[in-house]
Amino acid sequence: MNTELFILFVMAPLFTAVVLFALGKHRITQRCISLGVVIGLWIFSIAALIHVLQNGIVVLRMGNWQAPYGIILVADVLGMTMVTLNMTIALAVTLFSLPTVDVKRQEHFYYPLFFILLMGVNGAFLTGDIFNLFVFFEILLIASYALMVLGSEPGQLRETLKYLFVNMIASTFFLVGLAMLYRTMGTLNMADLALKVQMLPDSDGTLLTVLAMVFLFVFGTKAAIFPLYFWLPGPYFPPPSGISAYFGGILTKVGVYAIFRTFTLIFCHNPGVTHELLLIIAALTMVLGVFGAISQMDMKRILSYHIVSQIGYMILGIGLFTTQALAGALFYIIHHVIVKSTLFLVSGVVQMTTGTTHLKKIGGLQARSWFLSALFFIAALSLAGIPPLSGFFSKFIILQEGVQLGRYGYVAIGLVCSLLTIFSMLKIWNGAFWGEQTGEIRQVSMPMLLPGVILLVSLMVGIGLFPHVIYGVVEIAAEQMISPDAYIEAVLGSESVTQVAKL
Amino acid sequence: MDLIIIGVVGVLFSCGTYLLLHSNLLQIIIGLSLFSHGTNLALLLSGGLKRGGPPLLSTQAPYTDPLPQALVLTAIVISFGMTAFAVVLAYRTKQVCGSNEVEELAGGEE
Repeated sequence: MNTELFILFVMAPLFTAVVLFALGKHRITQRCISLGVVIGLWIFSIAALIHVLQNGIVVLRMGNWQAPYGIILVADVLGMTMVTLNMTIALAVTLFSLPTVDVKRQEHFYYPLFFILLMGVNGAFLTGDIFNLFVFFEILLIASYALMVLGSEPGQLRETLKYLFVNMIASTFFLVGLAMLYRTMGTLNMADLALKVQMLPDSDGTLLTVLAMVFLFVFGTKAAIFPLYFWLPGPYFPPPSGISAYFGGILTKVGVYAIFRTFTLIFCHNPGVTHELLLIIAALTMVLGVFGAISQMDMKRILSYHIVSQIGYMILGIGLFTTQALAGALFYIIHHVIVKSTLFLVSGVVQMTTGTTHLKKIGGLQARSWFLSALFFIAALSLAGIPPLSGFFSKFIILQEGVQLGRYGYVAIGLVCSLLTIFSMLKIWNGAFWGEQTGEIRQVSMPMLLPGVILLVSLMVGIGLFPHVIYGVVEIAAEQMISPDAYIEAVLGSESVTQVAKL
Repeated sequence: MDLIIIGVVGVLFSCGTYLLLHSNLLQIIIGLSLFSHGTNLALLLSGGLKRGGPPLLSTQAPYTDPLPQALVLTAIVISFGMTAFAVVLAYRTKQVCGSNEVEELAGGEE
């Protein structure tokens, strides 16, 4: 495969967006192009992931400048897995958006904005330069603000304002962190940073720890970890369900990805402080997120709080900082993204059917559609981690590693949170699907709404039945994360690594 | 010179924080744009302030680092876009919700 084509993950969504902006009122053409491009990129992302697994890390140098100068894209297994995941969710969300998004939104650039969002997310996963990570963050944020506020309902405006202000403050700190990092290390290329950190004398470690905390604040705000998750449940509530599903599935995980990248590549000089702190944050995030979920009475809000709780598991994996734990955490991200998007899409179908997602106003939906209930049930069990679904294996790997490292406290917290997750999922099940049919029921055509959900549920079951396939991928990714020499060598050339070995 | 700029960055950030704590949306936005000005200065500072050297990498002569300027330029464009969006959003909120005070916009359970 021609590796130059990897640039398509960033450029194809951009060009599509430009074309779609021009096609304003041609709604059918817009939808056809969107679906075509997303399917194409999805297939290409799977092919690219296989290519990276077989042939090692792919590095693209814009303008052929030798790193650390110039702009680079690096497709390692972690980045490529996230891109594939992103395209999968994009496909499901597009399938769901085709029949559900109203005419007004379509004519006001719903699809072009969605493609700008995809471009930002793909770019953030692939970039090898921490300043470009900031740029791609801003691209995906501005697209997400626009998608969130599209429709201009009072609730949307209010929630978008909060989301906007929180993210603008985080972006400011990101830039300040970058300035400090550049002043300290003299480079912003992540591979070069990793190299320079390895060569750093011990006395400068403290400054780097301070920088690590600045970046943890920034990425933690995007990822919604304790105590920075306060913004989360609101903004995911008002927009159309397809967008909620994409935000809930992918957007917070971009922050988690950034934590993974920076805390394995750059800020791993003093794991005794940084990663120990991550463990404590992980535990608090898990507990408080799940408590938040229990206290809510609305499907979408319960699901939003669950995102917080499950971010905790992912951070737990990076906090433990072993190959197995990182593999488990990445497995958990894959599982979580698929399941969470499914649940948001199902809640979208519920909203289309009944007009609300408030559990006190709906009930007995299993009489309306046993198939929808079955899809929700599978996703809910998977979220809680019942074998043989995808959630079980990912939690099992992390918690097993926790036991082996003797971190029994964190393992116990993880298990208790799983139990509480089942409890709140049952609450949705009892409130929405079980019992007497209450509330209004609108006529909607289920076959139109469900293809995206079916795609994701079959992936979920597939992962549950063949976990070794995914495990093979995440294990390679984790090995690359724990010993970043391959990454550095791919970006900077082999002599750079031997240079460090001599020192 | 460095110390003066650091002082200016500090002043910009403290004024920004002061404005951010107000309840009027416009004051918050102005506070955030003061933040971004402070950040731009901090970025400029990150390469060290030097005069006289050309921004070309050569081994003999002292050179001025061109990267911070490129970073600042990018950051200015981005913060300009974000501020414009925020102003429009605040204006629209005032139109639709009838208020631009944070207290009156609070809530969200509906």
